[in-house]
Amino acid sequence: MPESRPDPRGAAPGPGGGGIEAPSEILRRDDEAEQLSVEGDAGLLGVGAVAAGAEGKGVRRGGRLSVAAWVAIGWMALVVVIAVLAKTGLVTWGDPQNSIASCALKGPFAKAGTAPGHPLGCDSIGRDMMARLALGAWESLLVSVGAVTLGFVVGGGLGLIAGYFGGVADSFLTGVFNVLLSVPAIVLALALVAFLQGSPENANSSVLPDWLVLIIAIGVVSIPLVGRISRASALSWTQRDFVLAARAQGAKHGRIMVRELLPNVAPAMFSIALLGIAIAIVAEGTLAILGVGVKPPTPSWGNIIALDRGYLLQAPYIVFEPSILIFFTVLALNYLGDVVRTRFDVRESGI
Amino acid sequence: MSDPDPAAPTGPLLEVEDLCTSFATERGVVRAVDGVSLTLDRGKTLGVVGESGSGKTVLSRSIMNLLPTRGVTRTGSVRMEGREILDLPSREMRDYWGAQMAMIFQDPMTSLNPVMKIGKQITEAIRQHLNVSRSYANELAESLLASVRIPEPSTRLREYPHQLSGGMRQRVCIAIALACGPKLLFADEPTTALDVTVQAQVLDLIARQQVERFMAMVLVTHDLGVVAGRAAEIAVMYAGRIVERAPTSVLFSEMKMPYSEALLGSIPKLEEHSHSRLATIPGRPPNLANPPAGCKFAPRCRYVQERCLDEEPPLTAAGSPGHEYRCWFPVGTPEGKEALERNEREGRLPQAATAAPA
Repeated sequence: MPESRPDPRGAAPGPGGGGIEAPSEILRRDDEAEQLSVEGDAGLLGVGAVAAGAEGKGVRRGGRLSVAAWVAIGWMALVVVIAVLAKTGLVTWGDPQNSIASCALKGPFAKAGTAPGHPLGCDSIGRDMMARLALGAWESLLVSVGAVTLGFVVGGGLGLIAGYFGGVADSFLTGVFNVLLSVPAIVLALALVAFLQGSPENANSSVLPDWLVLIIAIGVVSIPLVGRISRASALSWTQRDFVLAARAQGAKHGRIMVRELLPNVAPAMFSIALLGIAIAIVAEGTLAILGVGVKPPTPSWGNIIALDRGYLLQAPYIVFEPSILIFFTVLALNYLGDVVRTRFDVRESGI
Repeated sequence: MSDPDPAAPTGPLLEVEDLCTSFATERGVVRAVDGVSLTLDRGKTLGVVGESGSGKTVLSRSIMNLLPTRGVTRTGSVRMEGREILDLPSREMRDYWGAQMAMIFQDPMTSLNPVMKIGKQITEAIRQHLNVSRSYANELAESLLASVRIPEPSTRLREYPHQLSGGMRQRVCIAIALACGPKLLFADEPTTALDVTVQAQVLDLIARQQVERFMAMVLVTHDLGVVAGRAAEIAVMYAGRIVERAPTSVLFSEMKMPYSEALLGSIPKLEEHSHSRLATIPGRPPNLANPPAGCKFAPRCRYVQERCLDEEPPLTAAGSPGHEYRCWFPVGTPEGKEALERNEREGRLPQAATAAPA
């Protein structure tokens, strides 16, 4: 045999497999990701597929989902349902825009200052926190899911191209990724928002709605990160014999990328995407604090914090409530990312 | 070239002339295939034998044009049914890949896509080359699996590679390679990664399919025993060159090249005592970035003389038709015998070579 046979489940994939440049957390996931494969197509479907995959036919892996996994799934389902209901107006928890001066800064607990009928209190100008948080969930999820989708479709696609073709395409794309990565993320996002929204004095003249501007800004910032991970993964899969075998059967480049590489790269990318949503929620909050998030009066978890952060001492609940929601949502998504990753970790040894 | 030329009205299927493949590496230019010429008739089998790093795999991939384009230079000529295909862009090679020539890889663990169902992997190529409906392609895939002796083919079509054993996977790979009815099959050490008990089954299976389909085959292996009963002709490769080529029976009876002899000598014999020392070829293949001046095998050869170190022997025709070798002091000739005796007298044998059987 001319070359030593790589252990099918071992360490040491091909050169470049690890993506030396990636942050350590991502690097670890990426390395493991290369050994991933998937039982069915379920890995691409979404959070719900985690549960579906467990009951899927064939060999079950990893046994039952843990209680924590169910709690995480339950939490995300709850957040999504509330967000959708609030947006569509099917169920209302009060009016997110109607400000009642007498209720301003009245919190949920303090007896003297409690606003009746507002279980989570009211914000600094007397708008119901519960209604705003529910609607804010929609805005936050819309922006974060949208941004992650954009980042993963574009970044993942470019990374796949770079990893598969190598050579000039790889050098060029890696160069672009590096340039984008070297601009501080927050500055890049701010610049994109400013560019897309037009001048601040003329903010309402923007052609694009707020949420779309934010999706593009956060999505574009994530493209180089995702691209590098996807490139590293694609690179190591490209060196497998089955890619050469597909070529030897006359498959075209596009077909090889979509049919051979993508299904191998996707499960790992999907679990990273869940973490990406968590990061994007926080990023939207950060942009809101910098004044370029979702534009008031429309609430998002980020801009609720941003607007009333000055009242942190007087009425800490205004900042804490969305923060707690962000905290649990990010935690749940992180946890689900892990669940998805291990669930689809179909190493040969596990069979 | 002396061709027996059987029932092939339009000439040989594959003609390779002076094929050189070199890789630009950091250590310099590596000539992995160096001036290889060969001819293969329809339905015939050519065995390509050599140890690791002798260029066998690169040779088959060079002929199929499957090497990466960057840093690889190929010169010479490769003609398939008379048409020059060496310089065809991959856009045009796609008509050949799968449909005209196909390849079976060494390791069935890595040459199947782990996340694609078996059936899909077979029908991919069928649908691309044969322009048939999905359901017909599925039927075809099922009958292909049956023809490579996979039980319950309709069930297997819906399974993933990890659900099959190594031998089964290699059968699937064979089925994929045969899917579009290629005229030429490259089998690149098809049984090296398999259990010994499955090896013969898989080789017999390939041979049977080859006869049924009147398909030519290049069987690449490091094991002379594998090709002995299966190839009509054998080419022995060393350091990127063909060092001896002959019809199989001629090679085994009139072996001329010391390297072929050494390869044959390193197969353990049944009649030997158990625990007897295994014969090896001392040393290792030369660094192809900086090969020795004379005969590439000289540093490891039992017959080596001064001349071998300076002058590279040309491919010389031997007595029997179609038999060629590269050696100044061939095995079984008076010169060779004298050279070996002189070396033994003067103690010039390469280390461990004394253990090799005569």
